[in-house]
Amino acid sequence: MTANFWHFAYIIAAFCTVLSIKWLNSPVTARRGVRAGEIGMLFAIIGTLLRHEVVTFEWIFAGFLLGAAIGAPLALKMPMTSVPQFTALSHAFGALAAALVGTAEYYRLGAHITAFTGAALVVETLLGYLTFTASVMAFGKLQELVPTRPMTYRGQNLVNLALLAAAAAIGVWVVTGAAPAWAFPAFSALALVFGVLLILPIGGGDMPTVIALLNSYAGMAAAAMGFALDNKLLIIAGALNAASGFILSVVMCKAMNRSFTNVLFGAFGQVAPGAAAKAAARPVRSATAEDAAEILSAARNVIIVPGYGMAVAQAQHKLRELTDQLVKRNVDVQFAIHPVAGRMPGHMNVLLAEADIPYDRLHEMDDINAEFAEADVALVIGANDVVNPAARHDKTSPIYGMPILDVDKARTVMVIKRSLNPGFAGIDNELYYHDNTLMLFGDAKAFVSEIVKALPVAAAA
Amino acid sequence: MSTEVELSIYVFFLAAFLGLELVHKVSPLLHTPLMSLTNAISAISVVGAVLIAGAGEASWLSRTLGFVAVTAATINIVAGFLITDRMLKMFRRKDSKGRA
Repeated sequence: MTANFWHFAYIIAAFCTVLSIKWLNSPVTARRGVRAGEIGMLFAIIGTLLRHEVVTFEWIFAGFLLGAAIGAPLALKMPMTSVPQFTALSHAFGALAAALVGTAEYYRLGAHITAFTGAALVVETLLGYLTFTASVMAFGKLQELVPTRPMTYRGQNLVNLALLAAAAAIGVWVVTGAAPAWAFPAFSALALVFGVLLILPIGGGDMPTVIALLNSYAGMAAAAMGFALDNKLLIIAGALNAASGFILSVVMCKAMNRSFTNVLFGAFGQVAPGAAAKAAARPVRSATAEDAAEILSAARNVIIVPGYGMAVAQAQHKLRELTDQLVKRNVDVQFAIHPVAGRMPGHMNVLLAEADIPYDRLHEMDDINAEFAEADVALVIGANDVVNPAARHDKTSPIYGMPILDVDKARTVMVIKRSLNPGFAGIDNELYYHDNTLMLFGDAKAFVSEIVKALPVAAAA
Repeated sequence: MSTEVELSIYVFFLAAFLGLELVHKVSPLLHTPLMSLTNAISAISVVGAVLIAGAGEASWLSRTLGFVAVTAATINIVAGFLITDRMLKMFRRKDSKGRA
């Protein structure tokens, strides 16, 4: 029984992992889902420690302690606005572990390797190493250690594809067993370099798709490890993870009306620098915080549209104050969240939850879009392309066809923005020149707080 | 193809389809916690890392790789689960005026 305990432990672990994702589907059971996931992981680890192949423990426990000592403070001290970059960092560690295990296993098996195991190990290490460096790069861009704008050069896609093809070719060579000793290290190095090059042309606005894709790769690396070690638990957990990342990246691509290839090879931020030039000529209506406060407190219903700019300005707590004040004055306040708002899927929801805004006020695009026509005020904070009406009708616009939030249909649109500079895609936003649009120029946090200050006066009037 | 390999492929496809079904049902509200949770789950590669680090006769290379892999996977597990829980703690449904 004890000799076989790990079989049972793995079955329990697999069961808990499935349950964990199932419970995550609703905020009511989501925390139970995390518990289930933790219990599953515990069974997986204990089961493995009891296997007869595991005979020395000092390096294992040293690794556990060191990992926990690094991981726990990282997770507990992280500010909520940094969730995207820390998720990327966490991906990097997971992918590194998968890649190193693959490397060690390759050298352990040596000449005894079968073609199938060899192929699984090659896939595992390829995905592991490229996800590792790509995630580190994504972390760097999100943390602004590396320039966030897309970095492109002539023939970039050709270089990337050639590199990937070379890595794949050497990988196949390694699988045949006829490759010389330098082949595997060269293969690993190519995978590492490819990860870096993959992220260079990615702009900030494409990060949600890319992070989801890296999530999927990390899962596939774990599943490949399962094939190499003939371990069903790894296959199940890896496949679940890969499916999840895949769905999220498809959702993100659809929300931008773009294809995978376009996100990965399109370097979106590079388009049409000339479009911004014509912006200055047209008149816009701007308003003060006092004007805004008056309009907001007189409204029956207000829909707030947050974007990445809100996260940058850390305006979510002030926004909560504004919401509370307006609700007190019997204004109905709802939030409309575009799927790609922010730097990772669901980013805005987490920030608004952090500011203690109840989640039944947060609505996804398809659920709330019809209600803009009935809204007195749409208040846009730090969002740009996701509210650009050009996406609906201007066939020449690079974002034509992208589903947007129909804020322009509200009676009054207010946009808090630093200046008229176009967003990440460099596209001018015609919304700013509409007759029903008021521009509120300033820092999101400072401006919202001025509106809140101006509110009591507006209420007394 | 051996039956073991065949079985593994069946398991992979069934798990992937189960994953697609389950994740489709997750509300976009929770997409960030979902990614963070699946991120922690992908650290299941700790199993492979432990097997490498604890093997009886291992070269120094294998031992070192195993140790670093256990450390990295543990960082991923601990950080992944803690961050997910921190986020989910914040989601609340109160003062539900208007729509519920």
